[in-house]
Amino acid sequence: MSKTVVTGLGVAAPTGLGLSEYWDTTLAGRSGIDRISRFDASSYPARLAGEITDFTAEEYLPNRLLPQTDRMTRLALVCADWAFEDSGIVPAEMPDYEAGVITASHAGGFEFGQNELRALWSKGGQYVSAYQSFAWFYAVNSGQISIRNGLRGPSSVVVSDQAGGVDAIAQARRQIRNGTRVVISGAVDASICPWGWVAQMAGGRLSTSEKPSRAYLPFDDDACGHIVGEGGALIVLEDAEHARERGTEVYGEIAGHASTMDPRPGSGREPTLQKAIERALVDAAATPDEIGVVFADAAAVPTLDQIEAEAITKVFGPRGVPVTAPKTMTGRLYSGAGPLDLTAAFLTMRDGVIPPTIGSSRSDRYDIDLVAGEPRTAAPGAALVLSRGQGGFNSAMVVRSGY
Amino acid sequence: MNRRVVVTGVGVTAPGGVGAKSFWGLIADGRTATRSLSFFDASSFRSQVAAEVDFDGDLLGLTPQEIRRMDRAAQFAVVTARESVTDSGLEFDAVDPNRIGVTIGSAVGATMGLDQEYRTVSDGGRLELVDHTYAVPHLYNYLTPGAFATEVAWATGAEGPSTVVSTGCTSGLDAIGYAAEIIREGSAEVMIAGATDAPISPITVACFDAIKATTPRNEDPEHASRPFDASRNGFVLGEGAAVFVLEELENARRRGAKIYAEVSGYATRSNAYHMTGLKSDGKEMAEAIRNALDEARLDPADIDYINAHGSGTRQNDRHETAAFKRSLGEHAYRAPVSSIKSMVGHSLGAIGSIEIAASVLAMANDVVPPTANLHTPDPECDLDYVPLTARDWKTDAVLSVGSGFGGFQSAVVLAEPHGRQR
Repeated sequence: MSKTVVTGLGVAAPTGLGLSEYWDTTLAGRSGIDRISRFDASSYPARLAGEITDFTAEEYLPNRLLPQTDRMTRLALVCADWAFEDSGIVPAEMPDYEAGVITASHAGGFEFGQNELRALWSKGGQYVSAYQSFAWFYAVNSGQISIRNGLRGPSSVVVSDQAGGVDAIAQARRQIRNGTRVVISGAVDASICPWGWVAQMAGGRLSTSEKPSRAYLPFDDDACGHIVGEGGALIVLEDAEHARERGTEVYGEIAGHASTMDPRPGSGREPTLQKAIERALVDAAATPDEIGVVFADAAAVPTLDQIEAEAITKVFGPRGVPVTAPKTMTGRLYSGAGPLDLTAAFLTMRDGVIPPTIGSSRSDRYDIDLVAGEPRTAAPGAALVLSRGQGGFNSAMVVRSGY
Repeated sequence: MNRRVVVTGVGVTAPGGVGAKSFWGLIADGRTATRSLSFFDASSFRSQVAAEVDFDGDLLGLTPQEIRRMDRAAQFAVVTARESVTDSGLEFDAVDPNRIGVTIGSAVGATMGLDQEYRTVSDGGRLELVDHTYAVPHLYNYLTPGAFATEVAWATGAEGPSTVVSTGCTSGLDAIGYAAEIIREGSAEVMIAGATDAPISPITVACFDAIKATTPRNEDPEHASRPFDASRNGFVLGEGAAVFVLEELENARRRGAKIYAEVSGYATRSNAYHMTGLKSDGKEMAEAIRNALDEARLDPADIDYINAHGSGTRQNDRHETAAFKRSLGEHAYRAPVSSIKSMVGHSLGAIGSIEIAASVLAMANDVVPPTANLHTPDPECDLDYVPLTARDWKTDAVLSVGSGFGGFQSAVVLAEPHGRQR
């Protein structure tokens, strides 16, 4: 079976626009979490977020695209441009049907939808934009990336809450195995608007802390929920042969994946994250020893942290592998989180340094080797990325530096 | 990758018929379920026609709490999944839950729930800073449609790979393609796969009004969906769900399951052209059809029936007619083609799966459902669209296609698994 390698990365995160800015900030342990600036959040219990504050769509995209795109689509289009640029692939020069796009989405263009719902209910149906027919829906980023880059190959969109980004990349790998040469995949989410905020708060997992440095503390005794962020990453996946023929540099391989669904609460059955990890290792033909770092899902809800720490400990042994959560600097990016963690995993393997988890202190409750506070020098040849979604979704992906 | 995937259970919730049996009765009779939109006062909208499901969750076995926490589309999915599971006769308790997964397609998720909740928390659009104290506790389940896969998994005990596929109006085909691939690669033995949508809500009606995609034939709602007819002027918004049990062929044979059809080919391509527009040449859909036939190892001449996208917009009807000719050659003129959207409307992401249900039931009954309301074909649509009445027709292989916003073009080939050499 042909191998799937990564040759391009494009990032938009609260900690940096573009790969190098994101990585420098991440290794320096600088947080992108602060008080919400986009709207007045003082009347809401949760008031902090990981916002991207320096993105001006007009700098990167033609004016005609602006009225028909939500913020998350603009960010995704720019990430896709950067990822292709990084890979050296000029999509327009690819033969027809040999390149596709598979993204994940969490809430679609929720802010666009908010504005049109407001027009509908305050003024009337005739004030709803024609673009509402597609600008908010979950498939919009795949559609727009396809159009901008002329991608006619197999394309798709998956939704599985925060696990979706990893599931999308797994689906992209399936298409490469089926013969598509190049698939750009990943996700960008952004729904920091009043309507999105109220819907997210209803999920019951947001931190209401007022202090950015103490608000999102996975695996800490003071864990009190998570902070919402915006952004994500798009990743160019390529058939290994195709990459070799082009003579291009490769970040590494998408080596293994598995996803599971937790049983219904109250069913008395065990959570399934551990099974996802074990199966992803089998899929990658990897032993636990080979994994040099785990990028944790890091829910920062004590029961969920416990489940994740136990799953890691059962597979790798007590403190058997370094565990990190650089998303403590960005907040949880929903479907953007997995692709951003995968990006960090490839850069970790390239540079031999594991980015830190900030804010959290090691807790005796969890028998994991948390990379807390400072980056750690290491030389992992393989990494495991975990992504869980509300509603029972678990997704685990193994990546390797070589191929 | 020698595993073959078959359909062993069918569930349908469609306008005019809850349950696969009454759905088939409707479309085999050529009756239409389109009517004047009744869910809300639509008098200020351009299009006031819809294909609505008469759905009573209580009667269909949902608990009060399930009804409270689920959007209408999730309710459809759960009820329909249960029907397909029962129909399959599969003892779910005898299968490792980790080997059962869920794939649910949906174009617009919990649109109805979001529309209603926004109205409340914004106090009718008056508040820009919407009031969280008025939000229902399960609003998060509306925020992201992953909840559809969760609800189906929790209703059926599945703990394997589960996700929602959301590719607009091809979601219902793509979900089946996705699930079949999960079985083929060995990540699951059984997949509960299908699609659901319940978009008949003011925000959806308004946005399709704005691009004149839906029909304004309000005075004659029962005959408003008129694919391939010269007088057609847009689609009729619908709702519904279809869910299947998919299994690996050998497992299904071993347990003596009733096998409706093999999911023998699937492909999707994008036109990379326009979010809502289609070029008239049908090139990318033709490419998807060719690839799906290749995967099924079938020739165009093997296709007995084409279940069309047939939405009833001029650009679609011409686009796919061209795609059939481009991919199937002369056989496009010989194979019967029909659009069940003429009877059950266009339920966006759900319809692809509902059309797969129509396709496997056509195979089971050797009857091709008709295109209702087709009296005067558009001269540019010159294929055999099976006007008005169903046709007795030996149907062993079906091509079902879909086309959607975002440029997605998908094709599924379903065939009798017996005797074919691979």
